[in-house]
Amino acid sequence: MEGPDSIAAAAAPPAPPRRTAGARLAVHIYGWLLLLPAAVLLAAFTHYPAIETFIDSFYSTPKGRRAAAFVALDNYQSMLADPVFWRALANNAVYAASVIPLTIVLALVMALLINGKIAGRAFLRLSYFTPTVLPMIAVANIWLFFYSPGYGLLDQMLGLFGASTHNWLGSGDTALVCLIAVAVWKDAGFFMIFYLAALQQISPQLAEAAALEGAGRWYFFRRVTAPLLMPTTLFVLVNAVINSFRLIDHIVVMTQGGPNNATALLLFYIYEVGFKFWDTAYAATLTVVLLIVLAVLALGQFMILDRRIHYQ
Amino acid sequence: MRPMHYGARATAALDMAAAWLLALIWILPLAYAVWAAVHPGAYAAHFVPDAPLTVENFVRAWNAAPFPRYFLNTFVLVSMILAAQLALCTLAAYAFARFEFAGRDLAFILVLLQLMIMPDVLIVENYRTMTGLNLVDTIPAIGLPYMASAFGIFLLRQTFKTVPRELDEAARVEGAGPLQVLLKVYVPLAKPVYIAYGLVSVSYHWNNFLWPLIVTNSVGTRPLTVGLQIFASSDQGVDWSVVTAATLMTSAPLLVAFLLFQRQFVQSFMRAGIR
Repeated sequence: MEGPDSIAAAAAPPAPPRRTAGARLAVHIYGWLLLLPAAVLLAAFTHYPAIETFIDSFYSTPKGRRAAAFVALDNYQSMLADPVFWRALANNAVYAASVIPLTIVLALVMALLINGKIAGRAFLRLSYFTPTVLPMIAVANIWLFFYSPGYGLLDQMLGLFGASTHNWLGSGDTALVCLIAVAVWKDAGFFMIFYLAALQQISPQLAEAAALEGAGRWYFFRRVTAPLLMPTTLFVLVNAVINSFRLIDHIVVMTQGGPNNATALLLFYIYEVGFKFWDTAYAATLTVVLLIVLAVLALGQFMILDRRIHYQ
Repeated sequence: MRPMHYGARATAALDMAAAWLLALIWILPLAYAVWAAVHPGAYAAHFVPDAPLTVENFVRAWNAAPFPRYFLNTFVLVSMILAAQLALCTLAAYAFARFEFAGRDLAFILVLLQLMIMPDVLIVENYRTMTGLNLVDTIPAIGLPYMASAFGIFLLRQTFKTVPRELDEAARVEGAGPLQVLLKVYVPLAKPVYIAYGLVSVSYHWNNFLWPLIVTNSVGTRPLTVGLQIFASSDQGVDWSVVTAATLMTSAPLLVAFLLFQRQFVQSFMRAGIR
């Protein structure tokens, strides 16, 4: 063993064997003592609630003096029969399947555009990245105004082309699309900087060589740039996936899940059930589904990271 | 360098147009908010160049809700979280990086679990825990679930592992104990990572909304984000000019800090992201 042992030996060369055993024990004690404060909080606010969520999903919600009773799979049965749950799950799938690819493609396009010599590069980067530092809650309020029927900016601009006003957030056809736009706008610039960093690692000689060979831009991107950016794409992908299940601030501000649950995402439904209807057992059951989704994603991430090692 | 013949010049022009179009769309909501906030309500959705300027909206927003208190709450909250995170994550990262204690690998996996199962999704059970601890509607209740940050532990562990053992050993030969070595050798060498982590943490918790919304219910504890939302959805909230003024006000400290230290911000987010 290196570290403390060898130091102890160096500091006192004729150390008796007993002390070495003591020093070895000290390593274990020190390690655990250093970890202890963080471990206690992690256990209390991550591991314990995760386990407790599973347990609570098999009990009823305590009401007044009536304590929680074991109900086996009742909560799961009502969940499977709950159309709002299925709606939220479907919404979340559509939301994730739109937000993730759009954000990643736009982030890549932004990075490619401002990686070269382009006029106003500093301003361009600034404007792409700014949404990242603004609170989602604040920008959601601005977008709310943007979308408002009649005098909102969107309707005013479309009005110039003769379009009639539209209740963007109030109609089931467009509300989710509007929220997807906000999410893409918020995160694209954030992911851009990772691509930008990766692009700057790519040797310019590659581009020069390709130009000499007469390779086209698209060909160069497909055969050289894209493969070299793969590790970054995987990293960005993982984060984009997590965000699409974790962040619901804009939904609370802009639509409250409405109209008619058209914009209810899974976490928003959990929030609604848990803190508006105060049905904590059912909220726990829904959380179990979310945790399973996240666990599957974690497994995916693990395999992705496994592959990523081969790239480097 | 590629010769700039006609085709290349056309491509460059197209790139330029695309880049600026995207930038305009990306800055538009913010520009729009600024417009609405600095002009009288009548001009909020009426764009004429000669609209009079005013600070009236900011004054009204500031007076209509206890924003000074919200600012104070957020300031206390982010400082408390950051201080606790720095202390806890430093100690834990040091343990993982340099002590081969029993069960280390399993403990590390259990820590990393939090990267996927974040406190943001465990709201129901954490609320119950806070009720049990009698902490509902306190600022520590907002911060506690985030203080042991798996992300911070991971980031610092990676950094500490790159510190040459020789430095560590040299300090020990001079008689420094493990904690002194940590403070004198490891922490100073990890300074850029601390700055990066600090910026990311402050922006995250300045902007965090759902958990504070759930766990607070009075003016004395609400952070800015929750205060802004309550203000915006109240009766005064129908006045868009005042709402946008309040919105800009709450984002201003981070936005100004970002504009002043753009490079550091971008590099910090990058450093924290690429592991």
